[in-house]
Amino acid sequence: MKQKTGIGTWIGFALIMIWCLLPVVWIISLSFKSLAETTAGSPQFLPKDPTLDNYSAILDNGDFTRALINSFGISLIATLLSVIFATLAAYAIARLEFKGKRIVLSMALAIAMFPVVSLVGPLFDMWRTLGLFNTWPGLIIPYMTFTLPLAIWTLSAFFREIPWEMEQAAQVDGATSWQAFRKVIVPLAAPGVFTAAILTFFFAWNEFVLAISLTSTTRSRTVPAQMSFFVGPDPFNPPYSQLATASVIVTIPVIIIVLLFQRKIVAGLTSGAVKG
Amino acid sequence: MAAIDMKNIVKKYGDGFPAVNDVSIDVADGEFMILVGPSGCGKSTLLRMIVGLEDITSGDMIIGEKKVNDLAPRDRNLAMVFQNYALYPHLTVYENIAFPLRLAGASDDEVDKKVRNASKTLELDEHLERKPGNLSGGQRQRVAMGRAIVRDADAFLFDEPLSNLDAKLRGQMRTEISRLQKRLGITTVYVTHDQTEAMTLGDRVAVLKRGVLQQLATPRELYTNPGNLFVAGFIGSPPMNFLPAEVDGTSVKLPFGTVQIPQERAERAQGKGLLIAGIRPEHFEDASVKDDTSSGSTFRATVDVVEWLGNEAYAYIPFEAPPEVQKQLTQLEHDLDGDQMRTQLVVSLDGASRIAEGDEAEIWVDSTKIHLFDPATGENLTVDESRAGRIPEREDPKAKEQAEKMADHGEEVHSAEEA
Ligand SMILES: Nc1ncnc2c1ncn2[C@@H]1O[C@H](COP(=O)(O)OP(=O)(O)OP(=O)(O)O)[C@@H](O)[C@H]1O
Ligand SMILES: [Mg+2]
Repeated sequence: MKQKTGIGTWIGFALIMIWCLLPVVWIISLSFKSLAETTAGSPQFLPKDPTLDNYSAILDNGDFTRALINSFGISLIATLLSVIFATLAAYAIARLEFKGKRIVLSMALAIAMFPVVSLVGPLFDMWRTLGLFNTWPGLIIPYMTFTLPLAIWTLSAFFREIPWEMEQAAQVDGATSWQAFRKVIVPLAAPGVFTAAILTFFFAWNEFVLAISLTSTTRSRTVPAQMSFFVGPDPFNPPYSQLATASVIVTIPVIIIVLLFQRKIVAGLTSGAVKG
Repeated sequence: MAAIDMKNIVKKYGDGFPAVNDVSIDVADGEFMILVGPSGCGKSTLLRMIVGLEDITSGDMIIGEKKVNDLAPRDRNLAMVFQNYALYPHLTVYENIAFPLRLAGASDDEVDKKVRNASKTLELDEHLERKPGNLSGGQRQRVAMGRAIVRDADAFLFDEPLSNLDAKLRGQMRTEISRLQKRLGITTVYVTHDQTEAMTLGDRVAVLKRGVLQQLATPRELYTNPGNLFVAGFIGSPPMNFLPAEVDGTSVKLPFGTVQIPQERAERAQGKGLLIAGIRPEHFEDASVKDDTSSGSTFRATVDVVEWLGNEAYAYIPFEAPPEVQKQLTQLEHDLDGDQMRTQLVVSLDGASRIAEGDEAEIWVDSTKIHLFDPATGENLTVDESRAGRIPEREDPKAKEQAEKMADHGEEVHSAEEA
């Protein structure tokens, strides 16, 4: 079924690209405009005289860099822990027969569907009592709670696809259950592991409600929350260009990660082929 | 290297299904043992119990001198080739073969030496850096073999290793496996449901039905002296013909006429009423191409269909069977997965035979080779026990009956599930 891609397809493709990318381009263009230009009232699409001032200003802004570090730290730790727990849990769910397996799975799903906002109040009180308010763990724990269920579901689907025999072959070859898991099952489920990792990372990276409610200083505030504290010299005129610059900066890691992991996911999927 | 001794092995699965019933098989050190039987008869289950992937419900599994019932697979030091090869898709061919060595903590030098050695034996040298996903079926099969031979395992276990290959490759790999096993002289248990593999590869063959051992003997013994109706029908292609027969003195009355059989055979079948005679297709011949017809008997019959293959021809002659015999034959067909029409005689003729479809032909039969079976029990009355290996129902009829009863229970379990 090899067909020349029709001209119509290309037009449709271009339209969708414009639709999706225009806001992104707009933000990038904004980030190169000077403050004076954005407050002028009749902004043109391309910056009149492009400047890097916004970038140097924002990178000099201690609060912002601090928030960036918080974001990275919290997202990476949440992702790592979440993936480790999810992998172990999903493996158990896919491989073992135990009572209450269905309940575990449906509970996990129920948690994933729980609205974040409804937890803010209780968490706020709890965290203050427990001394977790305005700390990294204070954000990492709820992030894991919300991403684990999805990660478990994704991963157990992947594990179920791996033939039992892979593992049995490893055991006959002399592996302990743990070695079989680590050397055969996890590498084979790599696409699933990466998918789960990406989902978790994005959730933590972009999350706003918890980030703003459970923090009070830049000690643990993440970038999305920190950005709402950006106030320029004029309180009635938010510093649009600086906000745009911050947005560009937080988007860059996301793009890099997607490009990196996308390779992995595709590679993992195609190297599958078990049977003859 | 080690002998494998299975003593009264029983396997009941979690759902109550008895997959293996009181099977005792002794595999000598260095012997090539074949497990054969129709689909679902418990061959894989038995093999997986040897290797430790399946718990043993009762009985003793002894490898070497050691009882291994409770040992984990990795402590049994056996190598297994799975039906779908179970290669690790994320590792190169080299690493696949090296996997057991790496787990055992071998040094890089040693790993390299052994892997190259194995790959040379199996002609995999130019594929070492490739991933299994990019290999052909035969190459994958060889990688799986490589993974088994790099270790100094006590025994090889194969679960239908050739069933995913096309006919030509299967033939090649069959000789390959046979050569390898002879060279390494390693104890081997090989599961198959392919006739040719069973007959050509094995030192001895164990025939299973519904998880019950039917006969354990060399291929030649199985072919010439089947212990019962099931083994007789299972071994040989085209299969043995089964006809209703009545014995009177030394003469046997068949649907096509009466033939004379040797005295000592006839004696064993005296006074048993209606019997089933088993005659292999090649023990018939076109009387007109046979120089000396004195050693057997001849009869006349109308040939329905002739298939001429050049070196030989198959002629089909329909007959009517009385209900008692018919019932037993239908049951047999069911046990054998029923792909054969049983109320016609299949006769193998010399390629020079001129018999055509619709002819009434004179057929010669080598009556010294006729087996007589008891229709009630399926037992072969004319078996030469000194040349039939082990037949459990002769050794211990009670135990065998008990095992068959357990197997009957299995049919209930399965039919209950369907309902
Ligand atoms: N995990 C299980 N639970 C319950 N019954 C099982 C299980 N595995 C196999 N069985 C049953 O045990 C019987 C023997 O299965 P087994 O796989 O050993 O057959 P086999 O002789 O290898 O057949 P085939 O030639 O089709 O591979 C079958 O009837 C099957 O339905
Ligand atoms: Mg099987």
